[in-house]
Amino acid sequence: MIKWSLEGGGLWDSLSLTSLPGRMFCVYPSTKTYFPHFDLHHDSEQIRHHGKKVVGALGDAVRHLDNLSATLSELSNLHAYNLRVDPVNFKLLSHCFQVVLGVHLGREYTPQVHVAYDKFLAAVSAVLAEKYR
Amino acid sequence: SCVCLCSCLPLSRLLIVYPWTQRFFSAFGNLSSPTAIIGNPKVRAHGKKVLTSFGDAVKNLDNIKATYAKLSELHCDKLHVDPENFSLLGDILIIVLATHFKREFTPACQAAWQKLVRVVAHALSYKYH
Repeated sequence: MIKWSLEGGGLWDSLSLTSLPGRMFCVYPSTKTYFPHFDLHHDSEQIRHHGKKVVGALGDAVRHLDNLSATLSELSNLHAYNLRVDPVNFKLLSHCFQVVLGVHLGREYTPQVHVAYDKFLAAVSAVLAEKYR
Repeated sequence: SCVCLCSCLPLSRLLIVYPWTQRFFSAFGNLSSPTAIIGNPKVRAHGKKVLTSFGDAVKNLDNIKATYAKLSELHCDKLHVDPENFSLLGDILIIVLATHFKREFTPACQAAWQKLVRVVAHALSYKYH
């Protein structure tokens, strides 16, 4: 169900997905504290580029649902030892991702699809934080 | 018209996406599947009630704590609802709005609604003790 809605409909290329970090910065300004080196103006090239990276990683995760820990291992290391993003922010990004899905899929973002994505994003967040301590 | 269209949706979506929230609705009858939940007349009726109450917040933006004082006491003393659930429902409402308004649900629009749901959740938990 997740693979269908992510791979179909050109969601990966859609503007709305790459603008995901921008939406998060607008809705949850505290998340900007992790990007002091970014041009945080609306729709900056840096934000779009970062959005592509995040969406790309989620795409990898979707293609390896049975092996999330191994697939995201490098990202997990990065977040634990280098970025040290407080895990509360994974929930904020996940919520914004779901809002973008709602915007893009409209009525097709049924409760059943919603719960599948919610579980998926929670699993990804858990893996990203699993090496924190 | 937004309230009409969306009124029963946030509550039924909450019960489907976060099934443990069903613990507060054991008197509502059949909640055994998404279809049962969506079709359940008690869920629909209660969903409308909840959204109408949200409308009260919008009409009383300068006085939300007072507006929700009695409801806050009710949720604490009689219903025993963990305030975390207010945040869960608020975020679900926002996702329902996104599916309804689509491109019009801009980041700025979402930010305004997030503020509102946060304030409502805070007001509903204000009288907890």
